[in-house]
Amino acid sequence: MSEFLQHIVNGVSVGTNYALIALGYTMVYGVLKLINFAHGDVYMVGAFAGYFIAHAIGVAAEGYEPSLFNTALVFVGSMGVCALLGYLIERLAYRPLRDRPRLTSLITAIGISFLLEYGFQLPAWAGLPIEFPPGPSPRFFPELFPRTVWLEVWDVAFSNYDVIALGTALALMLALQFIVYRTKFGVAMRAVSFDPNSAALMGIPVDRVISITFALGSALAGAAALLMAISHPRIDPLMGMMPGLKAFVAAVFGGIGSVPGAMVGGILLGLSEEMVAGYALSSFRDAIAFAILIGVLLVRPEGLFGRRTSEKV
Amino acid sequence: MKKTLSALLAAALLSSPAAAQDPILIGVIGSLTGAEATYGLSTRHGVELAIEELNSKGGLKGRMFAAKVYDDQGKPEEAATATTRLVSQDKVAIVLGEVASSRSLAMAPIAEANKVPMITPSSTNPRVTKDGGKVRQWVFRVCFIDPFQGTVMAKWARESLKLERVAILRDVGNDYSMGLSDFFTAKFKELGGTILADESYKAGDQDFKAQLTSLKGKKPQAIYTPGYYTDVALIARQARELNMNMPLLGGDGWDSSKLYEIGGSALDGYYFSNHYSTDDPSPAIQNFIKTYKAKYKETPDALAALAYDAMLITADAMGRATAPTGEPLRKAIAATKGFKGVTGVITLDADHNAVKPAVILKITGKKPGYAGTIKP
Repeated sequence: MSEFLQHIVNGVSVGTNYALIALGYTMVYGVLKLINFAHGDVYMVGAFAGYFIAHAIGVAAEGYEPSLFNTALVFVGSMGVCALLGYLIERLAYRPLRDRPRLTSLITAIGISFLLEYGFQLPAWAGLPIEFPPGPSPRFFPELFPRTVWLEVWDVAFSNYDVIALGTALALMLALQFIVYRTKFGVAMRAVSFDPNSAALMGIPVDRVISITFALGSALAGAAALLMAISHPRIDPLMGMMPGLKAFVAAVFGGIGSVPGAMVGGILLGLSEEMVAGYALSSFRDAIAFAILIGVLLVRPEGLFGRRTSEKV
Repeated sequence: MKKTLSALLAAALLSSPAAAQDPILIGVIGSLTGAEATYGLSTRHGVELAIEELNSKGGLKGRMFAAKVYDDQGKPEEAATATTRLVSQDKVAIVLGEVASSRSLAMAPIAEANKVPMITPSSTNPRVTKDGGKVRQWVFRVCFIDPFQGTVMAKWARESLKLERVAILRDVGNDYSMGLSDFFTAKFKELGGTILADESYKAGDQDFKAQLTSLKGKKPQAIYTPGYYTDVALIARQARELNMNMPLLGGDGWDSSKLYEIGGSALDGYYFSNHYSTDDPSPAIQNFIKTYKAKYKETPDALAALAYDAMLITADAMGRATAPTGEPLRKAIAATKGFKGVTGVITLDADHNAVKPAVILKITGKKPGYAGTIKP
């Protein structure tokens, strides 16, 4: 029983991370019908932004007293950097290609992804206040606050990390749900998603809506990266590849374009991976988890929460 | 750096007429970028330090050595491309590399086909020098091999730590980790121990708690985790978070300063097998550590020490050969006997493997300390 409970805790903790990243995929796909393959690497940049900010404000220093203010500063700063990066990627790489075939943007997204992954592995430039690019070696993400066990039932430890990660993720998802369905901007976003041309005719600033969507999704990736880095303090330039891929699968699984779909999809993917690795063959962890997803998609091609749309000819 | 090099070059030019010749090119391949970058960087540092010292003593009868280094990004296919480039374009006398067995395995057939000697400083998978039943004529190594390393830890666990029930957690995509796990399993069972479970992970995973939780339920006395330092550091942390207090045991893939930086105090009480110990008081080792530290500002890991030895053995063989290239060089390397390197006395056996003892290190306070030696 305790083993099963521990698996659930582990699975949910990994799953919330996928869910937060998946939200970025889903939002961008919702408005642009573009799969932003650079999204996993925005996540990686978020982790490094947090790393550099934490070092700058002395979190890594000897004798640092954990403070809520500094932790919040790292989070807000890193989400800000990611939002800016997301905005820039859209502005410089995707917008000029928006009227081209969709495949062109897709290839560009892969290009941006490689640019970030390998650009970050270059040796540091001289003359910068921080060691940037960080280079290929994995780095230790400084401890923002110590891990403490809050509750222990049947030898299963619920730590503050798990609780904070889940709480932050849920809060961010609720905020996003509020923005999309309860604000004027959300209406504009949904209008652009429905039909960008008509939306533009109605006076909606399509470009600005798309920019903000990218910035929002990227900020969520930044938050996801920090939540991950706090409990798994190894960061490196390639850390976004696998989570990015899996979060994309989670988004498709939940129904791409749907906010609750991304949340549920992420958590289910995390749980199914955990159960496969814990109870079946750990070497087939990814294979079996993905096979389950393929099975679900065969039955429900639009994903769990997706709406079935028929393409007009 | 540039100044000292040109000064050395000038000195060499004055002292010997032969120095006007082209330098002897040494090809080096390593993962200078990618997740296992410290492996490649250590190898490069080890070779370059050896070359600098050799050149300051006049090189090979007045002819200087020069390294040609390529990065393979930690990918076997890149390692193969780099090897082809070194042998066919740069025309190097010898190829030194790689650390990871999966990459050395990609390089070995190319060296063999082009008849260029290759020494891997630190790939421990037996298949690197022996393909099926046939020894690769042109490929050598200066380290011990997986069967030995796996059995060493099995012996240590069974005889010195007196363990009976051990579980295994291996990296499923990695020839090295698979090899060590298999040989450990065989030896541990032969010595009367039980392997409770055999779980696996994939390099680059962030979360290992699924496997660890299921291992925890089986209550092993130790877990053999012969993976690379990048993953082991996280595995160690997560094991502690799950209140698992049994030691983790590992191999030379743990050896990197990054392990302690990321794993922190979670690693205390863990053991791993390695090629040498920095605690060793012998002057050759302490001297090497001193000059290496002065040049690169870090303590050399075993990979740096092995790369250093590989370069010294190359120079030694070139000194004994009638020509520093091709068949004469190959024969001279194969005849290496009783060479006193930093990582022990090196003799190459009929399968081109170095025969030498392994050391067991115990981690305490973020530092590996000498725990014992196990002879072949």
